[in-house]
Order: sequence, then C-alpha cells, then structure tokens
Amino acid sequence: MNFCLYCHVQLERSLTWTNWLTVEDNDVLCSSCADKLERISGERCEVCSRAWSSALCLDCQQWRQLGENIERNYSIFYYNDTIREMISQWKFRGDYVLREIFRNDLKDTFEKEFAGNSSMAIVPIPLSESRMHERGFNQSLALAEMLDAPVKQVLGRKSDEKQAKKNREARLRRNNPFFITEPLKQAVLIIDDIYTTGTTVRQAAQQLKLHGCPAVYALTLARS
Amino acid sequence: MNIDKRILMSPAFLAQALSGKRLLEEEVPIPQKCFDVLRSTKQLIPTPAIENQKGSVKCIRCGNVALQYFSEYPCGVCQQNHKYCRNCIQMGRVSECKPLYTWGGAAVNWPRHSQPLTWTGNLTTAQRKAAAQLQEAVEEKIPAYLCWAVCGAGKTEMLFPPLTSALKRGYRIALASPRVDVIRELLPRMGQAFQGVSIEALYGGSEHRTGMAQLILATTHQLMRYHQAFDVLIIDEVDAFPYYLDKSLMYAAKQAVKKQSTTLYLTATPRKNFRLQMKLGKLPHVFVPLRYHGHLLPVPKFKLAFRLTNQLANQKLPNAFRQWLIHRQNPKRQLLLFVPKIAMIKELKGVITSLLMEVDAISAPDQLEAVYAADEEREVKINQFRQKELHVLITTTILERGVTFPSVDVAVLNAGHDVFNEAALVQIAGRAGRSADDPTGEVVFFHDGKTDAMEKARQMIVEMNARGRKI
Repeated sequence: MNFCLYCHVQLERSLTWTNWLTVEDNDVLCSSCADKLERISGERCEVCSRAWSSALCLDCQQWRQLGENIERNYSIFYYNDTIREMISQWKFRGDYVLREIFRNDLKDTFEKEFAGNSSMAIVPIPLSESRMHERGFNQSLALAEMLDAPVKQVLGRKSDEKQAKKNREARLRRNNPFFITEPLKQAVLIIDDIYTTGTTVRQAAQQLKLHGCPAVYALTLARS
Repeated sequence: MNIDKRILMSPAFLAQALSGKRLLEEEVPIPQKCFDVLRSTKQLIPTPAIENQKGSVKCIRCGNVALQYFSEYPCGVCQQNHKYCRNCIQMGRVSECKPLYTWGGAAVNWPRHSQPLTWTGNLTTAQRKAAAQLQEAVEEKIPAYLCWAVCGAGKTEMLFPPLTSALKRGYRIALASPRVDVIRELLPRMGQAFQGVSIEALYGGSEHRTGMAQLILATTHQLMRYHQAFDVLIIDEVDAFPYYLDKSLMYAAKQAVKKQSTTLYLTATPRKNFRLQMKLGKLPHVFVPLRYHGHLLPVPKFKLAFRLTNQLANQKLPNAFRQWLIHRQNPKRQLLLFVPKIAMIKELKGVITSLLMEVDAISAPDQLEAVYAADEEREVKINQFRQKELHVLITTTILERGVTFPSVDVAVLNAGHDVFNEAALVQIAGRAGRSADDPTGEVVFFHDGKTDAMEKARQMIVEMNARGRKI
C-alpha cells in the first residue's frame, strides 16, 4: 500500500486502459499535494530564473555592473507556502526522505537544461561542521546525489549563521564563507534548494572561479 | 524548550527542570558543558530512541511501529545510515544516531500544599458526588477512572477536589487535552483556582516552555516529552480527535505517568471501547447526567432539506435553513454555525452573510466571522464571539468541544457529512444552553438524509436526559 510522502493519505491509483499493463512511474505525492507545487512557467530572467518579462531582471543587471560570476541559474518551482513548508520539514526537521518529492523534476530539468554539457561537474553547497552535526545531512548534497552525474565536493564552509534568519542586506554584505578544498578546471553546476538573493551561489562561484573554474551554472529547486 | 541559558544552574533547578522528562540532547535546556558533566556523572542517562530488533522497529518516544512512518538518512557525522521516525518528527527528529535522555539525578520533592485551593465557589450536589469519587480514585491510586459528564456539567470545577487532594500530597499532575483551545481556556481558570501552585501550559507555539511546573496543562502531544513523571494524569475530552485515533498519543499518556499513578479520563461522549469496558465492570467510573444549572440538554431537531449537498456545492442555501433563520425563537441569541469542510466556509461566507443581512439577523457584514483550524486569527475571533462583538460564527468541527459560549443557537449545515460522527454531534449540540440565564437554546441539524451518527447522537442525548430527570 502506498501513502503520500507528505500528508500520508493513501494513494489511489485507478486502473485504466493506458496503465493496466505498465509499471507505473511512482508518484510519491497525492494529487492534492502535488497540485500545490507551482512550476515556474512562461517568461523568466535568463540569468536567475525569476519570472520576468524582459531578458534581464533588475537584480541581475545590478550583478552585471558589480561583476557577475555565474553564467545562469535555473529554478524549477516558485517558492510558495507549500514548497516552503516541505523544504523546511525536509532540511530543518531533518525528514530526509522528502527529497524524493523533487527527484523526478530535478532529473528532468537537469537533462533538459544542462545535460548538453557532459564535462560539467556537480558541486553541492557545503554545510558548516556545526550545522552538519545538528542536521546529520547536507540537503544540497542530497539533491546532487539524485542526478546521474559525478558529484564533486570541492567546497568547504566556515561556521556560519542561519541564512534564513538574515535580511537581504545582511546576506548581500556578509563575507564569503566558502573555501576551496580541491581546485576544479572544468565547468561546474552548483545544486542547492532555494535561490533567494543569489548571494550564496555567487559566493561559491567566486571561489570556484578564483581557482580556475571556467564557468559556473546553478540548478535550484525554488526561486523566491 | 527555551530556558534562558544564562540562568543560574542549581542542583534543585536542574532536578526540577529535567526529572520526569525524556528528551533529545538539543531539547535539554542547559549549556553544553553542564550537559557533559551531567552525562558523565550519570545524572542524564541515554537510552536508544529507536528500538530495532529483527526487522521490527519502534520509536521509543511516540511508540510508532508502522514501517511507513520510518525512513532512513545517511548520517554525515558517523557515515552510516540511520533509521528515523517520521511520525513524531514535528517535535524534533528521533533517530538511531541520537539517544533520548532521562533524569537519573536527585529526585524532586514537589511541595505539599496545605491549602492549595483558592476558589471559593460551590459545587452542585451532582458535581460534589462525582468530585468525591474522583478524589477517592486519586487517593487510592486507582490506575484508571472515567468521569462521564454531559456537556456543561462543569467538569473543571469537579476537578478541584481531586486536584486539591493531590497537591496536598505533593503529587505532580498533568492535565492534558487533544485540543489546544481547551488548554488555553483552562490556564487562567486553573491559575485562579490554585494561586500558590506552579502551573504551566504547554502546546505547540506556547511561550516560555520549561515544563518544570508541578501542575502541567498540555496538549496530549506534549506528553511525549515526559517519562514516568506524573502521579496524576487527567485527560480531558478523551474521545476527541486526534486522541482516539492516534495510538501514539495513548502511548504517550501511558509513558508519562509513574508506575503507581492515577489516570482520570473525562468525557461527555465515551466511545464504544470505553462503554464496553464500563459495562464489563473493568473501568470504574462516575456519571454526571445533569448540567451544572440543573437543566436538561437541548435535544437536536432534524430538518430535512432536499438536495442540500448539491445546493451547498452550488453556493446556495437551502430554504429550510432560511426559514429557520427567520423564525428563530430568540433572534437575539448568538448563532454558531457548523459546516463540514474548510473549503465550504470560504465558499459560503458571502452567501450566508447576505442571507443573514436579508433576514435582519445581523445588521452589518462585520458581525459575522468564520474560523477554522489553520486560521491565524483563530483565538482573536473566538474571543470576539465570546465578548459578543460578533453575532454569528461559522466554524468547522474545531469548536465542537471545550469552548463555552453562554447563550447560543447551534445549526449544522449538512449534518450527514462523515466528519460529524456521533461524538462530534453530541458535543456540538452541547454548545447550546450553557448559561443558567438562558439554559435552552436551539440545536438544528440540517441534512438531506439522516445518518446513523445523527440518530445515535440524538438517542444518546435523550438517554442522558432521562437519567438526569431521575435525580
């Protein structure tokens, strides 16, 4: 018997002419939970994936002036209340198995948007040691491992404060918490859960590029 | 649990804060160094949080054994896969990696109060009789005792004598309810009645939680953080959702009491298993069939409205409901309107407002509000209704029990819906006629097909009234 991974209702799969002989793709969510996730569709900023009607959003224009260091971020979902609660139960409560909610979308998006570049290395955003001790797993690594590509953990992180509790300005201003443990000379795809101001991704990119990485892309679950 | 970490640590304080608890390391509200000392001196004793034997897994905190509620994560600290419990994860993750800690230090001597009760009211004869039974159960340490009292019998007051007796003996007590509204309402009343006793209310989102008072008021979930802590545990509304369906809450209640202790169950609508146990003589109990003001329970009227479900789905209100609104016996009474689903509230609020305006039940749209479980302004709205700032309140079953409004009429739209089970309907009917000044109140169930639950609910009320009349 199958249950919705998030709300635990029993999943009902009706038998139809199209599925009676096939092994079904296993959906982990019930339809009511699945419907609450909103995919970003239509026009978006070509760099950061924000829903935007012209090519480049205001933030990204600003980043350009300051010296942009990522090629592109692609986000899959709008950061709405549902995904916020799911992600928070997943990473803050530590409900590891909830990553399965995003497996199919993450894989599909990776293949569609980034698979052209087969020499790309997947790099997760690291956790500081104290955070790792608290949580037991790195959510970014948990996402990266679901992709069929080599994962390289080449970044380290100094101990930090929680991002989610900082306002925009404090986030933009803080010093770069990342350092390189092993230089990479190939293009990189950073995987993370949420893209908010884009500071985290750009700080990681800055370190990677300082150590010889030619291009940095990002794939994130949600764009807030 | 947030205790200010700068607080001065004294042995007595630690014992009081930690005895009777079973906590994860991050829940133990003390600095790391202090924690390490307590652990090395065996004052904090680790026990495995997940029991994993030959394929059967059990969460020690919530008692969960259902495999679907367990999962695994690869631990980045010890590089192993750990099982964790998803059933109680909202209270912090319990996993194989981290033990639960119980207190092994000095025992706490809770104060023996010589005169704890500062309440000066009087109990009615019926209340006094039941209270004496409950008191005896506490004094004799009878493991389980049920108090079956109709809605509005004045259960809280009946608890005063057994509580007084327990406090005189220096017992530790918990009063738990599945409903958070009940706990919020109880806190000031208990504070008033036992002014010299340390009392604390624990529920998801409550402030300043230390859980170190002698008398703990808590939602049943919070009991999971206690282990062999209480001499007396009172479970109010024991038949309420989610308690009667959630095995982990019953498990928590069993874990939270000492080996020699009394658990008092309070209910207005005992479910089958309790009724059976009473009939078999396995559960000692006392029955209070009369309300505190001595009047009988209002008996619900059934009003058939054809195609009601259909009409509601199309955001139309049945004519029967409209007619009833116009011809209410006492239009000054506030109106509590129950609907089966949250979605319906949103759909119907507008239509109901305009109908009520049309029949002059309210004079302005702001005299009506709707409230549901996830509503952030839930407390505010309930309070406004209590203060009579609102004339009509539309609600889901969250207000079926525990909350008291002195003088209301009660209507249920689509009483045949599944969410309205027998117990819920009896409770809903019990919202009317709570005040001695206005002890009647109308109760009407609108339906398009009677259900068993409706019939049984009415039958139960009629039977309780029959027993009440004999007194």
